[in-house]
Amino acid sequence: MLQRLEHLLGIEDLTREQISFILDQAKPFQEFQRHPLKKLATLRGKTVAIAFFENSTRTRISFSTAAARLGADTMNLQAEASSLKKGESLLDTVRTLEAMRPDGLVIRHSSSGAPEFVADRLGVPVINAGDGTHEHPTQALLDALTIRDRKGHLEGWNLTILGDVLHSRVARSNVHLLSKFGVRITLCGPAMWVPRELETLAPNVRRVTRIEEALDGADVIIALRVQTERLHEPALAAEEYILRYQLTPQRLQLARPGALVLHPGPMIRGLEIDGAVADGPQSCVLEQVANGLAIRMALLYHLVGGAAVEPPPAKPPEKAQ
Amino acid sequence: MPTTNDRLLLIKNGRVIDPATKTDATNDVLLDGVRIAKIGAGLSAPDAEIFDASGMIVAPGFIDLHCHLREPGQEMSETIETGTRSAARGGFTAVCCMPNTQPVNDNASVTRSIVERAAAAGTVQVWPIGAASVGSKGEALAEIAAMKDAGIVAVSDDGKPVATARLMRQVMDYCNSLDLPVIDHCEDPSLFAGGVMREGPRSVRLGLKGIPAQSESICAGRDVELAVLTRARLHIAHMSTTGALECVRHAKKLGVRVTCEVAPHHFTLCDEDVRYDTNYKMNPPLASRADRTALIAGIADGAVDAIATDHAPHHPASKDVEFDRAPFGIIGFETALALTLSELFHTGKISITRLVELFTTGPSRVLGNERKIAVGSPADLTIFSTDLSWTYRASESPSKSRNTPFDGRAFRGAPVATIVGGRIVYRRELGATA
Repeated sequence: MLQRLEHLLGIEDLTREQISFILDQAKPFQEFQRHPLKKLATLRGKTVAIAFFENSTRTRISFSTAAARLGADTMNLQAEASSLKKGESLLDTVRTLEAMRPDGLVIRHSSSGAPEFVADRLGVPVINAGDGTHEHPTQALLDALTIRDRKGHLEGWNLTILGDVLHSRVARSNVHLLSKFGVRITLCGPAMWVPRELETLAPNVRRVTRIEEALDGADVIIALRVQTERLHEPALAAEEYILRYQLTPQRLQLARPGALVLHPGPMIRGLEIDGAVADGPQSCVLEQVANGLAIRMALLYHLVGGAAVEPPPAKPPEKAQ
Repeated sequence: MPTTNDRLLLIKNGRVIDPATKTDATNDVLLDGVRIAKIGAGLSAPDAEIFDASGMIVAPGFIDLHCHLREPGQEMSETIETGTRSAARGGFTAVCCMPNTQPVNDNASVTRSIVERAAAAGTVQVWPIGAASVGSKGEALAEIAAMKDAGIVAVSDDGKPVATARLMRQVMDYCNSLDLPVIDHCEDPSLFAGGVMREGPRSVRLGLKGIPAQSESICAGRDVELAVLTRARLHIAHMSTTGALECVRHAKKLGVRVTCEVAPHHFTLCDEDVRYDTNYKMNPPLASRADRTALIAGIADGAVDAIATDHAPHHPASKDVEFDRAPFGIIGFETALALTLSELFHTGKISITRLVELFTTGPSRVLGNERKIAVGSPADLTIFSTDLSWTYRASESPSKSRNTPFDGRAFRGAPVATIVGGRIVYRRELGATA
């Protein structure tokens, strides 16, 4: 019997079976995106709180759209519009949201561990939409769905992740997920962005600093965004990164024929990836976006809609005095 | 209320352990108010209150070289009154409080206010540590001589390192002439750089900004070199890394007057224990497993001079936040002895005499004062059991704060009575064995 998920806080603690289950659940929602009328009544009457304490457009829109297409209502909270700037604590902010009785909470936060902190203190399912430099589980799930669709299965491939791995929650979630399926993972970037400790994240992970070595034999390549806003270290000159690490058509030749190219977006053409690669036949960038909707619908369906329906109260609730 | 100092207190049948006089014998100790009056077998004093210490250890009063009492200025987290009551429960008869209060204890009037407040409301003795620089800002020297006259026992800019090598040299030269030890919180700010835990596999996994161990050892190395230059007394606070320990060993080999302390959480936990729980966030952060092993070796072989709590209370609301936003530090008075017994004594790593030394003669040597059980010595004693089974409940602490990773931990061994100035200021209820 599959362990029902209470929250989705990260990939690290999920089993391979749980991951496969979520990917399978996403299949019908992939089909659904092609319907002319994209609205279900599955979550009608449910409310999903979407709290983003860090700037984001894509992930927020993806979750909002996923909730809308399932028929749920959403409550949106964005950091710049919230009371956080007035000094309110995260706990007080989410308790305020909870008092409006949402059926689930999607949270993005710049502090690693914030979704777990919230999940430990609230009584609603929590979905991590990216926390600090820790995990971004829905991104890894949509990447896995994309790879599985294109290549038929996940097991046994060689994956290369390029870029600022140290500060990447996308990389961590992908490493945890794909390693569980026996994928051999190569992390590559400037040495200070790929510390050796990353090799201890999961089995079958190695780090290299030469892109030529990293791409040799790769079946799947994930190019990370160079996150200029998250760099705690003295920044590397963009020209240096381009010189040594940009994913160009020439370098892509080093990978296996037909190797997939993924990018979590937003993508900076001409920096981490050459436009010809981004637009080429091996690129999966737009499928990733579409699959993101399917994954998030599946998760909301599972976590928000799947919860046991509370029995109606025997008596009508007493009126507030 | 009778003046308790006039009272006689006779401690019967305890195992008296005093590293200073190399004593380890079952004896009676008679306290006549503020002094030890007699030591010997079969003492009797008809008017005395009797304390039966059979099966217990009678030690010189424990000294904590490193704590934060938060008064003045942060009384939401702790006060001298609540902090010293917690210290008494931990068996401490004297605690040295760091100067990072608000205002900073960088002048004699703040020192005097702490001393006066401690005299009025303190359960145990409070020995203030003065700031090395004005406001601990690392610019101008604080009023160190005036603070010494008012009662400080050492100087430190704890919470951060003495900012520059040049300032440290001046502080050392000056304190040397005043015969005060300089205590440094060793940290290289440029390597520390906003980190929240020790850099290593665990920090990378959790996505928490790491602080390399070299942040501490580089600063310790600087300080040891300056101690060689100035011949001042240097004490390394809350040492947590192999690199800093090696600096201390090197200094001791050279005969330089360098001492160091280790906090119980650093020999008990390591970075692998860190979770998204702000009770695991302290500075210096929990070190690697290898560093912890090295620290224990240093404690056992004498390279480490003292165990100090770094009791750092924070109001619950300030710790109930995201990991990277929480303040550093945990409370520690009431678990220090029990952790030392559990982790070091019961595991056979140190003897009971060495344990007593780490809480008594060790810290007293750092401060340059005397701590012993001898006729005429101050009647400050700590009586403890090595075997009493109990469970630590932070909620029962007199401290205003609850920030500890040890809540609910079961222990073997605990303080039984804390005696300050001949008076029992804390006595453990032994009737109900929980």
